[in-house]
Amino acid sequence: MYPTNYRYTKDHEWVDAASGSATIGITNYAQSELGDVVFVELPKVGARVTAGQPLGTVESVKAVSEIFAPVSGEVTEVNPALASAPEKVNEDPHGVAWLIKVKLSNPDELAALLDAAAYEKFVAEAEKGHPA
Amino acid sequence: MRYLPKSPSEREAMLAAIGVKSADELFAAVPAEYRLQRPLNLPGPLSEAEIIAWFRARAAENSSGYTSFLGAGIYNHLRSVVTDTILQRGEFLTSYTPYQAEISQGTLQAIFEFQTLICELTGQEVANASMWDGSTATTEAVLMAERLTRRHRVVVARSLHPEYRQVLATYARNLGLAIEEVGYTESGQLDAKALAAAVNDETAAVVVQSPNFFGVIERVPAVAEIAHARQSLLIVAVTEAVSLGAVRPPAEADIVAMETQSFGMAPSYGGPYAGVIATREQFVRQMPGRLAGQTTDAQGRRGFVLTLATREQHIRREKATSNICTNQALCALAATVHLCLLGKQGLRELAAQNLSKARFAAAELARVPGVRIPFSAPYFNEFVIELPRSVRIVNDALLREKIIGPLPIGPWYPELTKRGLVCVTETTPRVEIERLAAALGRALALPI
Repeated sequence: MYPTNYRYTKDHEWVDAASGSATIGITNYAQSELGDVVFVELPKVGARVTAGQPLGTVESVKAVSEIFAPVSGEVTEVNPALASAPEKVNEDPHGVAWLIKVKLSNPDELAALLDAAAYEKFVAEAEKGHPA
Repeated sequence: MRYLPKSPSEREAMLAAIGVKSADELFAAVPAEYRLQRPLNLPGPLSEAEIIAWFRARAAENSSGYTSFLGAGIYNHLRSVVTDTILQRGEFLTSYTPYQAEISQGTLQAIFEFQTLICELTGQEVANASMWDGSTATTEAVLMAERLTRRHRVVVARSLHPEYRQVLATYARNLGLAIEEVGYTESGQLDAKALAAAVNDETAAVVVQSPNFFGVIERVPAVAEIAHARQSLLIVAVTEAVSLGAVRPPAEADIVAMETQSFGMAPSYGGPYAGVIATREQFVRQMPGRLAGQTTDAQGRRGFVLTLATREQHIRREKATSNICTNQALCALAATVHLCLLGKQGLRELAAQNLSKARFAAAELARVPGVRIPFSAPYFNEFVIELPRSVRIVNDALLREKIIGPLPIGPWYPELTKRGLVCVTETTPRVEIERLAAALGRALALPI
Protein backbone atom coordinates (compact mmCIF):
# COMPACT_ATOMS: atom_id res chain seq x y z
CA MET A 1 0.00 0.00 0.00
CA TYR A 2 2.64 2.58 1.04
CA PRO A 3 5.69 2.72 -1.29
CA THR A 4 8.78 1.71 0.65
CA ASN A 5 10.98 4.26 -1.11
CA TYR A 6 8.84 7.16 0.23
CA ARG A 7 9.09 8.90 3.59
CA TYR A 8 5.97 9.93 5.53
CA THR A 9 4.77 12.49 8.08
CA LYS A 10 2.30 12.09 10.92
CA ASP A 11 0.24 14.75 9.12
CA HIS A 12 -0.18 12.21 6.28
CA GLU A 13 2.05 13.63 3.58
CA TRP A 14 4.56 11.57 1.64
CA VAL A 15 7.84 12.66 0.13
CA ASP A 16 9.82 10.93 -2.57
CA ALA A 17 13.35 12.32 -2.37
CA ALA A 18 16.27 11.71 -4.64
CA SER A 19 19.44 13.69 -5.35
CA GLY A 20 18.50 16.99 -3.74
CA SER A 21 14.94 17.24 -4.99
CA ALA A 22 11.70 15.81 -3.68
CA THR A 23 8.17 15.10 -4.82
CA ILE A 24 5.43 15.69 -2.23
CA GLY A 25 1.90 14.33 -1.99
CA ILE A 26 -0.73 13.27 0.50
CA THR A 27 -1.17 9.67 1.54
CA ASN A 28 -3.88 7.18 0.72
CA TYR A 29 -5.03 7.35 4.34
CA ALA A 30 -5.35 11.15 4.05
CA GLN A 31 -7.46 10.97 0.89
CA SER A 32 -9.72 8.27 2.33
CA GLU A 33 -10.32 10.32 5.49
CA LEU A 34 -11.04 13.48 3.47
CA GLY A 35 -13.51 11.92 1.07
CA ASP A 36 -14.13 13.31 -2.42
CA VAL A 37 -11.48 15.96 -3.09
CA VAL A 38 -12.91 18.94 -5.00
CA PHE A 39 -10.06 21.45 -4.90
CA VAL A 40 -6.35 21.58 -4.23
CA GLU A 41 -4.64 24.86 -3.47
CA LEU A 42 -0.87 24.81 -4.00
CA PRO A 43 1.98 27.32 -3.81
CA LYS A 44 3.47 28.95 -6.88
CA VAL A 45 6.70 27.84 -8.49
CA GLY A 46 9.52 29.72 -6.79
CA ALA A 47 7.77 29.89 -3.41
CA ARG A 48 9.60 28.52 -0.36
CA VAL A 49 8.06 25.88 1.84
CA THR A 50 9.19 25.09 5.38
CA ALA A 51 9.05 21.68 7.04
CA GLY A 52 6.04 21.50 9.34
CA GLN A 53 4.42 24.65 7.89
CA PRO A 54 1.32 24.63 5.66
CA LEU A 55 2.10 24.60 1.94
CA GLY A 56 -1.49 24.61 0.72
CA THR A 57 -4.92 23.19 1.31
CA VAL A 58 -6.96 20.30 0.08
CA GLU A 59 -10.70 20.70 0.02
CA SER A 60 -13.16 17.83 0.06
CA VAL A 61 -16.93 17.92 0.13
CA LYS A 62 -16.81 17.87 3.92
CA ALA A 63 -13.68 19.76 4.97
CA VAL A 64 -10.74 21.91 4.03
CA SER A 65 -7.44 20.65 5.41
CA GLU A 66 -3.96 22.08 5.45
CA ILE A 67 -1.18 20.26 3.70
CA PHE A 68 2.04 20.50 5.72
CA ALA A 69 5.42 20.51 4.06
CA PRO A 70 7.37 17.37 5.06
CA VAL A 71 10.64 19.07 4.10
CA SER A 72 11.93 22.60 3.43
CA GLY A 73 12.84 23.90 0.01
CA GLU A 74 11.96 25.91 -3.05
CA VAL A 75 9.01 24.86 -5.21
CA THR A 76 10.26 23.86 -8.67
CA GLU A 77 7.10 22.34 -10.10
CA VAL A 78 3.38 22.23 -9.32
CA ASN A 79 1.20 19.40 -10.62
CA PRO A 80 -0.81 21.09 -13.38
CA ALA A 81 -3.35 18.26 -13.62
CA LEU A 82 -4.94 18.91 -10.23
CA ALA A 83 -6.47 22.28 -11.07
CA SER A 84 -8.99 20.70 -13.42
CA ALA A 85 -8.99 17.13 -12.01
CA PRO A 86 -8.65 17.28 -8.20
CA GLU A 87 -10.36 13.87 -7.96
CA LYS A 88 -7.05 12.33 -9.02
CA VAL A 89 -5.99 12.81 -5.40
CA ASN A 90 -8.57 10.14 -4.49
CA GLU A 91 -7.73 7.91 -7.42
CA ASP A 92 -3.94 7.82 -7.26
CA PRO A 93 -2.59 9.74 -4.25
CA HIS A 94 0.85 8.16 -4.33
CA GLY A 95 1.43 8.54 -8.07
CA VAL A 96 -0.35 10.71 -10.64
CA ALA A 97 -1.66 13.08 -7.95
CA TRP A 98 1.68 14.29 -6.61
CA LEU A 99 1.30 17.91 -5.49
CA ILE A 100 4.60 19.76 -5.81
CA LYS A 101 8.28 19.18 -6.40
CA VAL A 102 10.82 21.05 -4.32
CA LYS A 103 14.55 21.59 -4.34
CA LEU A 104 15.60 20.52 -0.85
CA SER A 105 17.27 23.17 1.28
CA ASN A 106 18.00 20.78 4.15
CA PRO A 107 18.09 17.11 3.09
CA ASP A 108 18.83 16.12 6.70
CA GLU A 109 15.15 16.73 7.46
CA LEU A 110 14.33 13.48 5.65
CA ALA A 111 15.85 11.46 8.44
CA ALA A 112 13.21 12.65 10.89
CA LEU A 113 10.35 11.29 8.75
CA LEU A 114 8.69 7.88 9.04
CA ASP A 115 9.47 5.00 6.72
CA ALA A 116 6.62 3.04 5.14
CA ALA A 117 6.47 0.40 7.88
CA ALA A 118 6.41 3.01 10.67
CA TYR A 119 3.77 5.06 8.86
CA GLU A 120 1.60 2.00 8.25
CA LYS A 121 1.78 1.21 11.96
CA PHE A 122 0.92 4.85 12.78
CA VAL A 123 -2.12 4.71 10.50
CA ALA A 124 -3.24 1.38 11.96
CA GLU A 125 -3.12 2.94 15.44
CA ALA A 126 -4.99 6.02 14.19
CA GLU A 127 -7.71 3.82 12.70
CA LYS A 128 -8.17 2.11 16.02
CA GLY A 129 -8.84 5.54 17.47
CA HIS A 130 -5.63 5.53 19.48
CA PRO A 131 -3.18 7.72 17.64
CA ALA A 132 0.41 6.85 18.45
CA MET B 1 -35.53 30.49 23.28
CA ARG B 2 -37.28 32.79 25.74
CA TYR B 3 -35.74 36.15 26.49
CA LEU B 4 -37.38 36.31 29.92
CA PRO B 5 -35.59 36.73 33.21
CA LYS B 6 -35.67 33.85 35.63
CA SER B 7 -38.12 33.94 38.51
CA PRO B 8 -36.73 33.71 42.08
CA SER B 9 -37.99 30.13 42.41
CA GLU B 10 -36.32 29.12 39.13
CA ARG B 11 -33.07 30.67 40.33
CA GLU B 12 -33.31 28.75 43.60
CA ALA B 13 -33.96 25.49 41.79
CA MET B 14 -30.96 26.06 39.52
CA LEU B 15 -28.67 26.97 42.41
CA ALA B 16 -29.86 23.93 44.37
CA ALA B 17 -29.20 21.68 41.37
CA ILE B 18 -25.54 22.66 41.29
CA GLY B 19 -25.23 22.78 45.07
CA VAL B 20 -24.61 26.44 45.85
CA LYS B 21 -26.64 28.65 48.12
CA SER B 22 -26.62 31.96 46.29
CA ALA B 23 -25.55 33.69 43.09
CA ASP B 24 -22.77 35.37 45.10
CA GLU B 25 -21.44 31.97 46.07
CA LEU B 26 -21.61 30.92 42.42
CA PHE B 27 -19.27 33.76 41.50
CA ALA B 28 -17.01 33.37 44.53
CA ALA B 29 -14.11 32.45 42.23
CA VAL B 30 -14.12 36.04 40.92
CA PRO B 31 -12.09 38.17 43.38
CA ALA B 32 -14.37 40.43 45.43
CA GLU B 33 -12.70 43.59 44.17
CA TYR B 34 -13.86 42.78 40.63
CA ARG B 35 -17.43 42.10 41.63
CA LEU B 36 -19.96 44.93 41.53
CA GLN B 37 -21.05 45.52 45.11
CA ARG B 38 -24.23 47.41 44.32
CA PRO B 39 -27.21 46.90 42.00
CA LEU B 40 -26.79 48.04 38.40
CA ASN B 41 -27.72 51.68 37.91
CA LEU B 42 -30.79 50.99 35.79
CA PRO B 43 -34.23 52.55 35.93
CA GLY B 44 -36.93 50.37 37.44
CA PRO B 45 -39.41 48.35 35.42
CA LEU B 46 -42.17 50.06 33.44
CA SER B 47 -45.61 48.82 32.55
CA GLU B 48 -46.54 48.21 28.92
CA ALA B 49 -48.46 51.50 28.78
CA GLU B 50 -45.54 53.40 30.32
CA ILE B 51 -43.11 51.90 27.84
CA ILE B 52 -45.28 52.87 24.89
CA ALA B 53 -45.60 56.39 26.27
CA TRP B 54 -41.81 56.56 26.78
CA PHE B 55 -41.08 55.57 23.18
CA ARG B 56 -43.76 57.92 21.83
CA ALA B 57 -42.08 60.76 23.69
CA ARG B 58 -38.68 59.79 22.26
CA ALA B 59 -40.17 59.56 18.75
CA ALA B 60 -41.65 63.04 19.18
CA GLU B 61 -38.13 64.36 19.73
CA ASN B 62 -37.24 63.45 16.13
CA SER B 63 -37.10 66.43 13.85
CA SER B 64 -39.52 66.42 10.99
CA GLY B 65 -40.28 68.54 8.01
CA TYR B 66 -36.66 68.86 6.91
CA THR B 67 -35.49 68.27 3.36
CA SER B 68 -32.13 66.51 3.27
CA PHE B 69 -29.51 66.75 0.54
CA LEU B 70 -27.20 64.26 2.22
CA GLY B 71 -25.94 61.14 0.49
CA ALA B 72 -22.24 60.19 0.71
CA GLY B 73 -22.72 56.46 0.93
CA ILE B 74 -26.24 56.30 2.35
CA TYR B 75 -29.18 57.31 0.22
CA ASN B 76 -32.80 58.27 0.65
CA HIS B 77 -34.90 56.22 -1.73
CA LEU B 78 -38.55 55.28 -1.84
CA ARG B 79 -39.38 51.96 -0.22
CA SER B 80 -42.48 49.87 -0.73
CA VAL B 81 -44.58 48.53 2.15
CA VAL B 82 -44.49 45.22 0.28
CA THR B 83 -40.82 44.87 1.25
CA ASP B 84 -41.53 45.25 4.96
CA THR B 85 -44.55 42.99 4.74
CA ILE B 86 -42.42 40.17 3.36
CA LEU B 87 -39.52 40.85 5.72
CA GLN B 88 -41.87 40.59 8.67
CA ARG B 89 -43.05 37.11 7.81
CA GLY B 90 -41.94 34.92 10.69
CA GLU B 91 -40.38 32.36 8.33
CA PHE B 92 -37.86 34.97 7.26
CA LEU B 93 -37.71 37.23 10.29
CA THR B 94 -36.86 34.58 12.85
CA SER B 95 -34.94 32.08 10.78
CA TYR B 96 -31.38 31.18 11.66
CA THR B 97 -28.52 30.37 9.29
CA PRO B 98 -29.97 27.81 6.87
CA TYR B 99 -27.41 25.08 7.50
CA GLN B 100 -30.16 22.48 7.27
CA ALA B 101 -31.19 22.69 3.64
CA GLU B 102 -34.15 20.33 4.06
CA ILE B 103 -35.99 22.80 6.31
CA SER B 104 -34.72 26.06 4.76
CA GLN B 105 -35.68 26.00 1.10
CA GLY B 106 -37.48 29.36 1.16
CA THR B 107 -34.59 31.20 2.80
CA LEU B 108 -32.05 29.49 0.54
CA GLN B 109 -34.03 30.31 -2.58
CA ALA B 110 -34.28 33.97 -1.54
CA ILE B 111 -30.50 34.04 -1.01
CA PHE B 112 -29.93 32.40 -4.38
CA GLU B 113 -32.13 34.97 -6.08
CA PHE B 114 -30.29 37.81 -4.33
CA GLN B 115 -27.00 36.46 -5.69
CA THR B 116 -28.47 36.15 -9.17
CA LEU B 117 -29.75 39.74 -9.13
CA ILE B 118 -26.36 41.04 -7.95
CA CYS B 119 -24.56 39.13 -10.70
CA GLU B 120 -26.89 40.55 -13.34
CA LEU B 121 -26.39 44.08 -12.03
CA THR B 122 -22.62 43.93 -11.67
CA GLY B 123 -21.73 41.87 -14.74
CA GLN B 124 -19.99 39.35 -12.49
CA GLU B 125 -20.33 35.56 -12.39
CA VAL B 126 -20.82 34.83 -8.71
CA ALA B 127 -21.98 36.85 -5.70
CA ASN B 128 -22.09 36.10 -1.98
CA ALA B 129 -24.98 36.77 0.39
CA SER B 130 -23.84 38.83 2.10
CA MET B 131 -21.40 41.06 4.01
CA TRP B 132 -21.86 43.45 6.89
CA ASP B 133 -21.88 46.56 4.69
CA GLY B 134 -20.13 48.19 1.74
CA SER B 135 -17.08 49.14 3.77
CA THR B 136 -16.38 45.65 5.09
CA ALA B 137 -17.18 44.18 1.66
CA THR B 138 -14.51 46.45 0.18
CA THR B 139 -12.01 45.48 2.84
CA GLU B 140 -12.76 41.77 2.46
CA ALA B 141 -12.35 42.19 -1.31
CA VAL B 142 -8.84 43.54 -0.68
CA LEU B 143 -7.99 40.61 1.60
CA MET B 144 -9.36 38.28 -1.05
CA ALA B 145 -7.13 39.90 -3.69
CA GLU B 146 -4.18 39.48 -1.34
CA ARG B 147 -4.88 35.75 -1.06
CA LEU B 148 -5.38 35.37 -4.80
CA THR B 149 -2.26 37.24 -5.89
CA ARG B 150 -0.12 36.53 -2.82
CA ARG B 151 0.92 40.17 -3.01
CA HIS B 152 0.69 42.55 -0.09
CA ARG B 153 0.30 46.07 -1.44
CA VAL B 154 -2.91 47.76 -2.42
CA VAL B 155 -3.43 50.98 -4.34
CA VAL B 156 -6.57 52.83 -3.29
CA ALA B 157 -8.24 55.82 -4.94
CA ARG B 158 -8.53 58.78 -2.58
CA SER B 159 -11.99 59.19 -4.04
CA LEU B 160 -13.00 55.93 -2.32
CA HIS B 161 -15.38 56.76 0.54
CA PRO B 162 -13.17 58.08 3.39
CA GLU B 163 -14.88 55.83 5.92
CA TYR B 164 -14.32 52.77 3.70
CA ARG B 165 -10.64 53.75 3.63
CA GLN B 166 -10.67 53.95 7.43
CA VAL B 167 -12.15 50.47 7.73
CA LEU B 168 -9.53 49.13 5.31
CA ALA B 169 -6.72 50.84 7.23
CA THR B 170 -7.99 49.33 10.48
CA TYR B 171 -7.84 45.82 9.04
CA ALA B 172 -4.51 46.44 7.29
CA ARG B 173 -2.70 47.77 10.34
CA ASN B 174 -1.86 44.38 11.80
CA LEU B 175 -1.88 42.30 8.63
CA GLY B 176 1.29 43.58 6.99
CA LEU B 177 -0.77 45.05 4.17
CA ALA B 178 0.62 48.28 2.70
CA ILE B 179 -1.84 50.87 1.40
CA GLU B 180 -0.93 53.55 -1.09
CA GLU B 181 -3.42 56.22 -2.09
CA VAL B 182 -3.76 57.84 -5.51
CA GLY B 183 -5.43 61.20 -6.00
CA TYR B 184 -7.94 62.60 -8.47
CA THR B 185 -7.72 65.07 -11.31
CA GLU B 186 -9.71 68.24 -11.99
CA SER B 187 -12.42 66.09 -13.52
CA GLY B 188 -12.98 64.43 -10.12
CA GLN B 189 -11.85 61.09 -11.56
CA LEU B 190 -8.96 58.93 -10.47
CA ASP B 191 -5.59 60.27 -11.68
CA ALA B 192 -4.69 57.61 -14.26
CA LYS B 193 -1.09 58.77 -14.63
CA ALA B 194 -0.46 58.63 -10.90
CA LEU B 195 -2.19 55.26 -10.79
CA ALA B 196 0.03 53.81 -13.54
CA ALA B 197 3.06 55.04 -11.60
CA ALA B 198 1.84 53.54 -8.32
CA VAL B 199 0.89 50.07 -9.57
CA ASN B 200 3.75 47.62 -9.74
CA ASP B 201 4.43 43.89 -9.60
CA GLU B 202 3.76 43.85 -5.86
CA THR B 203 0.29 45.38 -6.17
CA ALA B 204 -2.41 42.92 -5.18
CA ALA B 205 -5.26 45.19 -6.22
CA VAL B 206 -6.39 48.63 -7.28
CA VAL B 207 -9.49 49.86 -5.46
CA VAL B 208 -11.71 52.43 -7.10
CA GLN B 209 -15.27 53.48 -6.31
CA SER B 210 -17.76 54.34 -9.04
CA PRO B 211 -19.67 56.58 -8.79
CA ASN B 212 -16.91 57.77 -6.48
CA PHE B 213 -17.23 59.70 -3.21
CA PHE B 214 -17.65 62.93 -5.20
CA GLY B 215 -20.51 61.32 -7.12
CA VAL B 216 -18.34 61.18 -10.23
CA ILE B 217 -18.46 58.17 -12.53
CA GLU B 218 -15.02 56.64 -13.01
CA ARG B 219 -13.64 55.28 -16.30
CA VAL B 220 -13.55 51.72 -15.04
CA PRO B 221 -12.26 50.09 -18.28
CA ALA B 222 -9.22 52.40 -18.33
CA VAL B 223 -8.48 51.74 -14.65
CA ALA B 224 -8.83 47.99 -15.29
CA GLU B 225 -6.24 48.18 -18.05
CA ILE B 226 -3.72 49.82 -15.74
CA ALA B 227 -4.31 47.25 -12.99
CA HIS B 228 -4.27 44.25 -15.31
CA ALA B 229 -1.06 45.36 -17.04
CA ARG B 230 0.71 44.40 -13.80
CA GLN B 231 -1.47 41.34 -13.09
CA SER B 232 -3.09 43.26 -10.27
CA LEU B 233 -6.77 42.76 -9.61
CA LEU B 234 -9.31 45.53 -9.96
CA ILE B 235 -11.79 46.04 -7.13
CA VAL B 236 -14.70 48.34 -7.85
CA ALA B 237 -16.69 49.59 -4.87
CA VAL B 238 -20.28 50.66 -5.43
CA THR B 239 -21.91 52.68 -2.65
CA GLU B 240 -24.92 53.87 -4.65
CA ALA B 241 -26.43 50.65 -5.99
CA VAL B 242 -29.19 52.50 -7.89
CA SER B 243 -26.49 53.86 -10.21
CA LEU B 244 -26.30 50.38 -11.77
CA GLY B 245 -29.64 51.15 -13.41
CA ALA B 246 -27.92 53.80 -15.53
CA VAL B 247 -24.17 53.24 -15.50
CA ARG B 248 -22.42 50.40 -17.34
CA PRO B 249 -21.86 47.50 -14.93
CA PRO B 250 -18.24 47.17 -13.74
CA ALA B 251 -17.74 43.96 -15.70
CA GLU B 252 -14.00 44.62 -16.09
CA ALA B 253 -13.61 44.41 -12.32
CA ASP B 254 -12.22 41.22 -10.82
CA ILE B 255 -14.14 41.88 -7.63
CA VAL B 256 -17.11 44.19 -7.06
CA ALA B 257 -17.74 45.26 -3.46
CA MET B 258 -21.13 46.79 -3.02
CA GLU B 259 -23.41 48.42 -0.50
CA THR B 260 -27.04 47.49 -1.18
CA GLN B 261 -28.69 49.95 1.21
CA SER B 262 -30.27 51.81 -1.71
CA PHE B 263 -32.31 48.70 -2.51
CA GLY B 264 -35.09 48.88 0.03
CA MET B 265 -33.25 49.75 3.25
CA ALA B 266 -34.04 52.96 5.12
CA PRO B 267 -31.03 55.08 6.17
CA SER B 268 -31.89 54.21 9.81
CA TYR B 269 -29.04 56.16 11.39
CA GLY B 270 -26.36 54.01 9.77
CA GLY B 271 -27.69 50.47 9.56
CA PRO B 272 -28.32 47.65 9.32
CA TYR B 273 -27.58 47.36 5.60
CA ALA B 274 -26.10 44.60 3.49
CA GLY B 275 -22.78 44.56 1.72
CA VAL B 276 -22.04 42.09 -1.03
CA ILE B 277 -19.04 40.81 -2.96
CA ALA B 278 -19.36 39.70 -6.57
CA THR B 279 -16.52 38.20 -8.54
CA ARG B 280 -15.42 35.83 -11.28
CA GLU B 281 -16.18 32.16 -10.83
CA GLN B 282 -12.46 31.26 -10.89
CA PHE B 283 -12.02 33.25 -7.66
CA VAL B 284 -14.98 31.76 -5.80
CA ARG B 285 -12.89 29.71 -3.34
CA GLN B 286 -11.24 32.83 -2.00
CA MET B 287 -14.54 34.71 -1.70
CA PRO B 288 -15.66 35.03 1.91
CA GLY B 289 -19.23 34.80 3.05
CA ARG B 290 -22.26 32.70 2.46
CA LEU B 291 -23.13 31.24 -0.91
CA ALA B 292 -26.34 29.44 -1.83
CA GLY B 293 -26.22 27.06 -4.75
CA GLN B 294 -28.87 25.43 -6.88
CA THR B 295 -28.89 21.67 -7.09
CA THR B 296 -31.22 18.68 -7.49
CA ASP B 297 -32.34 16.40 -4.71
CA ALA B 298 -32.34 12.57 -4.74
CA GLN B 299 -35.58 12.62 -6.73
CA GLY B 300 -34.30 15.08 -9.31
CA ARG B 301 -36.22 18.07 -7.98
CA ARG B 302 -34.76 21.59 -7.98
CA GLY B 303 -33.43 22.57 -4.59
CA PHE B 304 -31.03 24.95 -2.86
CA VAL B 305 -28.16 24.41 -0.43
CA LEU B 306 -25.38 26.39 1.18
CA THR B 307 -22.33 25.56 -0.88
CA LEU B 308 -18.55 25.90 -0.52
CA ALA B 309 -19.15 26.28 3.21
CA THR B 310 -16.08 24.19 4.03
CA ARG B 311 -13.96 27.35 4.07
CA GLU B 312 -16.17 29.21 6.49
CA GLN B 313 -15.61 29.75 10.14
CA HIS B 314 -18.14 27.29 11.55
CA ILE B 315 -16.02 24.55 9.97
CA ARG B 316 -12.55 26.02 9.67
CA ARG B 317 -12.36 28.28 12.71
CA GLU B 318 -9.31 30.52 12.70
CA LYS B 319 -8.28 29.33 9.24
CA ALA B 320 -11.55 30.41 7.64
CA THR B 321 -11.51 32.60 4.54
CA SER B 322 -12.91 35.37 6.68
CA ASN B 323 -14.12 35.87 10.18
CA ILE B 324 -17.12 37.96 9.45
CA CYS B 325 -19.58 36.72 11.99
CA THR B 326 -22.65 38.44 10.73
CA ASN B 327 -24.12 38.44 7.32
CA GLN B 328 -27.23 40.39 6.57
CA ALA B 329 -29.69 37.85 5.27
CA LEU B 330 -32.77 39.88 6.14
CA CYS B 331 -31.35 43.03 4.53
CA ALA B 332 -30.34 41.00 1.47
CA LEU B 333 -33.94 39.77 1.36
CA ALA B 334 -35.10 43.41 1.43
CA ALA B 335 -32.86 44.13 -1.56
CA THR B 336 -34.22 41.06 -3.37
CA VAL B 337 -37.86 42.01 -2.82
CA HIS B 338 -37.17 45.65 -3.68
CA LEU B 339 -35.44 44.74 -6.95
CA CYS B 340 -38.16 42.28 -7.90
CA LEU B 341 -40.78 44.97 -7.31
CA LEU B 342 -38.86 47.46 -9.43
CA GLY B 343 -38.01 45.09 -12.25
CA LYS B 344 -35.45 45.81 -14.91
CA GLN B 345 -37.36 48.68 -16.48
CA GLY B 346 -38.29 50.12 -13.10
CA LEU B 347 -34.67 50.25 -11.97
CA ARG B 348 -33.71 51.96 -15.24
CA GLU B 349 -36.44 54.55 -14.80
CA LEU B 350 -35.49 55.09 -11.16
CA ALA B 351 -31.85 55.62 -12.08
CA ALA B 352 -32.79 57.96 -14.94
CA GLN B 353 -34.90 60.00 -12.53
CA ASN B 354 -32.01 60.32 -10.07
CA LEU B 355 -29.69 61.32 -12.88
CA SER B 356 -31.95 63.99 -14.33
CA LYS B 357 -32.88 65.45 -10.94
CA ALA B 358 -29.22 65.73 -10.02
CA ARG B 359 -28.49 67.48 -13.32
CA PHE B 360 -31.36 69.86 -12.71
CA ALA B 361 -30.10 70.53 -9.17
CA ALA B 362 -26.53 71.16 -10.36
CA ALA B 363 -27.80 73.62 -12.97
CA GLU B 364 -29.99 75.43 -10.42
CA LEU B 365 -27.18 75.67 -7.86
CA ALA B 366 -24.59 76.75 -10.44
CA ARG B 367 -26.81 79.77 -11.15
CA VAL B 368 -26.50 80.96 -7.55
CA PRO B 369 -23.89 83.77 -7.45
CA GLY B 370 -20.59 82.51 -6.05
CA VAL B 371 -21.41 78.81 -6.45
CA ARG B 372 -19.24 76.64 -8.72
CA ILE B 373 -19.35 73.01 -9.80
CA PRO B 374 -15.63 72.16 -9.53
CA PHE B 375 -15.48 68.70 -11.12
CA SER B 376 -16.09 68.30 -14.84
CA ALA B 377 -16.68 64.53 -15.17
CA PRO B 378 -20.17 63.00 -15.39
CA TYR B 379 -21.87 62.28 -12.09
CA PHE B 380 -24.84 60.18 -11.03
CA ASN B 381 -27.07 61.52 -8.26
CA GLU B 382 -24.63 63.55 -6.21
CA PHE B 383 -22.06 66.17 -7.02
CA VAL B 384 -19.65 68.56 -5.34
CA ILE B 385 -20.34 72.28 -5.15
CA GLU B 386 -17.81 74.95 -4.27
CA LEU B 387 -18.94 77.87 -2.14
CA PRO B 388 -17.30 81.21 -1.47
CA ARG B 389 -17.42 80.51 2.27
CA SER B 390 -17.51 77.70 4.82
CA VAL B 391 -20.10 75.03 4.10
CA ARG B 392 -20.85 74.73 7.81
CA ILE B 393 -21.76 78.40 8.15
CA VAL B 394 -23.98 78.17 5.09
CA ASN B 395 -25.57 74.99 6.44
CA ASP B 396 -26.47 76.75 9.70
CA ALA B 397 -28.44 79.26 7.67
CA LEU B 398 -30.05 76.53 5.55
CA LEU B 399 -31.04 74.62 8.67
CA ARG B 400 -33.10 77.59 9.82
CA GLU B 401 -35.06 77.15 6.58
CA LYS B 402 -35.52 73.44 7.35
CA ILE B 403 -32.99 72.35 4.77
CA ILE B 404 -30.20 69.91 5.61
CA GLY B 405 -27.57 71.22 3.22
CA PRO B 406 -24.51 69.81 1.47
CA LEU B 407 -22.09 67.59 3.38
CA PRO B 408 -18.83 69.49 4.03
CA ILE B 409 -16.02 67.33 2.63
CA GLY B 410 -13.12 69.46 3.87
CA PRO B 411 -12.65 67.36 7.02
CA TRP B 412 -11.68 64.38 4.81
CA TYR B 413 -10.04 66.36 2.01
CA PRO B 414 -8.15 69.36 3.42
CA GLU B 415 -7.66 70.67 -0.14
CA LEU B 416 -11.43 70.72 -0.59
CA THR B 417 -12.55 73.13 2.10
CA LYS B 418 -15.62 75.18 1.12
CA ARG B 419 -16.81 72.21 -0.92
CA GLY B 420 -19.96 70.30 -0.13
CA LEU B 421 -21.50 67.14 -1.50
CA VAL B 422 -25.10 67.50 -2.67
CA CYS B 423 -27.29 64.44 -3.16
CA VAL B 424 -30.60 64.42 -4.99
CA THR B 425 -32.75 61.32 -5.44
CA GLU B 426 -36.26 60.51 -6.65
CA THR B 427 -37.43 61.49 -3.15
CA THR B 428 -36.36 65.11 -3.64
CA PRO B 429 -39.21 67.14 -5.16
CA ARG B 430 -38.32 69.73 -7.78
CA VAL B 431 -39.70 72.53 -5.58
CA GLU B 432 -37.31 71.51 -2.82
CA ILE B 433 -34.36 71.74 -5.20
CA GLU B 434 -35.52 75.23 -6.18
CA ARG B 435 -35.98 76.08 -2.50
CA LEU B 436 -32.38 74.94 -1.80
CA ALA B 437 -31.05 77.17 -4.59
CA ALA B 438 -33.00 80.16 -3.29
CA ALA B 439 -32.02 79.53 0.33
CA LEU B 440 -28.39 79.07 -0.67
CA GLY B 441 -28.51 82.44 -2.46
CA ARG B 442 -29.91 84.07 0.68
CA ALA B 443 -27.35 82.37 2.91
CA LEU B 444 -24.46 83.51 0.74
CA ALA B 445 -25.83 87.06 0.68
CA LEU B 446 -25.70 87.26 4.49
CA PRO B 447 -22.86 89.30 5.93
CA ILE B 448 -20.10 87.04 7.29
